[in-house]
Amino acid sequence: MRARRTPEPYLWLLFSGGGVVAALLLPVLVLIFGVLAPLGVIEPPPAARVRALLDPLLVRLALAAVVGLCLFHAAHRIRFTVEEMTRGGRLDVVLAPLCYGAALTGTVIAVLVLF
Amino acid sequence: MITLQVSRYRPGQDAEPVFQDYEVPLRSDWAVLDGLAHIKDHLDGTLSFRWSCRMGICGSCGMTVNGEPRLTCGTFLTDYGEGPIRVEPLRGFPVIRDLVVDIDDVLAKLAHVKPWLIREGEELPLTAEYTQTPAQLEAYKQYSMCINCMLCYSACPVYALEPDFLGPAAIALAQRYNLDSRDQGDRFDLLATDEGVWGCTFVGECTSACPKHVDPAEAIQRYKLTAALTSVRNLLPWGRS
Amino acid sequence: MTALPSYRPRVHPLWWARRRAYLVFVLRELTSVFVAWSAAYLVLLARAALAGDAEYAEFRAFAGSPWVVALNVVALAATAFHSVTFLNLAPRAMVVRLDGWRVPGFLIAGGNHSAWLAVSALVAYLVLRS
Repeated sequence: MRARRTPEPYLWLLFSGGGVVAALLLPVLVLIFGVLAPLGVIEPPPAARVRALLDPLLVRLALAAVVGLCLFHAAHRIRFTVEEMTRGGRLDVVLAPLCYGAALTGTVIAVLVLF
Repeated sequence: MITLQVSRYRPGQDAEPVFQDYEVPLRSDWAVLDGLAHIKDHLDGTLSFRWSCRMGICGSCGMTVNGEPRLTCGTFLTDYGEGPIRVEPLRGFPVIRDLVVDIDDVLAKLAHVKPWLIREGEELPLTAEYTQTPAQLEAYKQYSMCINCMLCYSACPVYALEPDFLGPAAIALAQRYNLDSRDQGDRFDLLATDEGVWGCTFVGECTSACPKHVDPAEAIQRYKLTAALTSVRNLLPWGRS
Repeated sequence: MTALPSYRPRVHPLWWARRRAYLVFVLRELTSVFVAWSAAYLVLLARAALAGDAEYAEFRAFAGSPWVVALNVVALAATAFHSVTFLNLAPRAMVVRLDGWRVPGFLIAGGNHSAWLAVSALVAYLVLRS
């Protein structure tokens, strides 16, 4: 148990930030865009309306940050949960790069889509 | 009468633990520990278990009762209706014999976090007092209530999966000193490691298991925040201490 | 001590299914799969809307197909479960003091849940006002 450099504090901050953002924003967004609009309970916002919403630079920056944080949150939890459920702590050398790599890729895709 | 299904492991005789049933009197004032004492005194003198104070302060009678980590002196037979009650050694530890587990690993971890007041610089005479306000006492008092019963380790799946994990009680003990106004020590290198607070995934069962309401899970999460902010500060060129 | 032939129990392969608290823990952690899905869904939505009306109509057909709706209903339940558990646990990492008085955890959690409701109402208003 000697001290050494570890990336865990930064990964934990991303995980926590993503957890807060996901908790505050995702349920209402999934409710509107994923459930109510497709089911026709509410009038689905037309494409022009969504484009208008995404027009301000600040909104697009915020959405990219939200998507990135949510993905890193998920990557962190999935990494540890898979290792615990399979009793496979040895998998970490493969699983950690895989999970955070996927989160990073997703974030880059989100940025490319939005800008 | 109520049936106690007691886990037996006799090295050299049993390859792995087996259950043995005993009938003990069901008395309203009897805890599981009284039932075990009755077995040892009257039914089977070969049964081994640890106990001392019988009043929830020595922390030596922790066992797994019907699957849950409990102090057997504070867990009453009548809480289990008709029974049977299954008594096993604390999970997550090597079993030495019957209900006795090997706790050397946790004892080493408790000592590892420097659980004493660390002072730097001045040497005050032994008669000097270090006074504290009630608020300063309250800041760490909860964490000082730990009796080292190790129920939290037994409840922790991370400790069972990763025996190197520093674990709930040791980190709570470190926080007991970190939050003490008289302490000037720095336990960052001991706690902010992959085997320290970063090993915890906040299952929270340590806190549910604690008979003294120490809340080790809270101690760990609080230190995660402290350690994360310290790590970020150390990264900044003007922040290095 | 190491000379003793002690018995070392193995962790059961399905340990997380054998105790209620562990199962709830694992379910709590697995909500993150749907957090990732929800984030990806929002990116798909934004991509379609920015690409043009034809692509947006295609996306609406995709979003309206039964399996995507079913997936999003599960995602709604999972993200809501994530919100409740995460906002309940967040106060454990931080201690808030007002003039020396430690604000109890349930008040902080209550504040978090109020913030959740307020943010949800604000987002719904911004998205749905015409």
